[in-house]
Amino acid sequence: MWLPLLGLIIGVIIGLQAPSLPQAWAQYMSVAVLAAMDSVFGGIRAGMEKKFDDIIFVTGFFSNVLLAAGLAYIGERIGVALYTAAIFAFGVRIFQNLAIIRRHILKK
Amino acid sequence: MDRSRILVAVVLFFLGVMMAVQIRSARDIQPNSPVARVQELTARLKEVRQERDNLKDEVEDLRKKLDQISAGTKTADQALRDQLEKARVEAGLLPVTGPGVEIILNDNPKEIQPGEDPNLYILHEEDLLKVVNELRAGGAEAISINGERLLATSEIRCAGNTILVNTRKIAPPVVILATGDPDTLQSGLEIRGGIFQQLKFWGLVAEVRKKDNITVPAYTGTLIFNYSRPVK
Repeated sequence: MWLPLLGLIIGVIIGLQAPSLPQAWAQYMSVAVLAAMDSVFGGIRAGMEKKFDDIIFVTGFFSNVLLAAGLAYIGERIGVALYTAAIFAFGVRIFQNLAIIRRHILKK
Repeated sequence: MDRSRILVAVVLFFLGVMMAVQIRSARDIQPNSPVARVQELTARLKEVRQERDNLKDEVEDLRKKLDQISAGTKTADQALRDQLEKARVEAGLLPVTGPGVEIILNDNPKEIQPGEDPNLYILHEEDLLKVVNELRAGGAEAISINGERLLATSEIRCAGNTILVNTRKIAPPVVILATGDPDTLQSGLEIRGGIFQQLKFWGLVAEVRKKDNITVPAYTGTLIFNYSRPVK
């Protein structure tokens, strides 16, 4: 358990030290963060269901992040607020995953 | 399991980086989140547009006021000029033209018999005064005697054997030009028992002719007020 947590902590520290993002990218980043959190909660849920596949987790993480950011970018370009679709989809899934994780924890 | 742990750690590392970066930038641009920004900009745009329209209205209003003021000064200027012109006409400083009468007065053309008083047969300043008085009573607006415009300060005075008007010598025949209602002026002069009858009684030449267009010359001298000042 300690290695992923260490990765998270190191990541946060590096992120806090890193040069700040251009503001124009902030909204893509926000959607990407949401996608990443969705992937992580999905991974936790998969782990609890004993279905965790590290390759699926890693590819899902990056593809979700890139797709979310790309969707936000395209939405920005074509004038449709597509990032709200990403926020909605990822938000709903995060809550669903959290609910499932909670049930798994409580059933133990 | 080691591989997956490392992968999870890598993923979480990226998540940490992203979250930290995002939290920082979100903190920086918290008031500028896209929707709020758009709303704010929209509101601001609306406000600025309203302000611009108000300013436009103000500009228009001010322009109109400026026009009015300049027009006002123009009309005031015009009024002043009109008043000045009227005053100059009244003062006799401008030649005037209009309907009026031409009066010719002259001495008695008869040869003076020995022993007769020549004063009875020549034109006196009194006669001129009476004629002028009659013209003024008849509403004459401008009067000149042999080219001398009569002002409010003009004198008609006997000086030796000549008559002075505006301190200039007047010699018969005397031509008096007067603008005014020709009929009134003529009838005033020719009224029974009037000035013309008296003049003709003494055999003096007195003629009045109505004219449609008479030009009364301007006063050519200078007006100097040595003692009088306008009361302020």
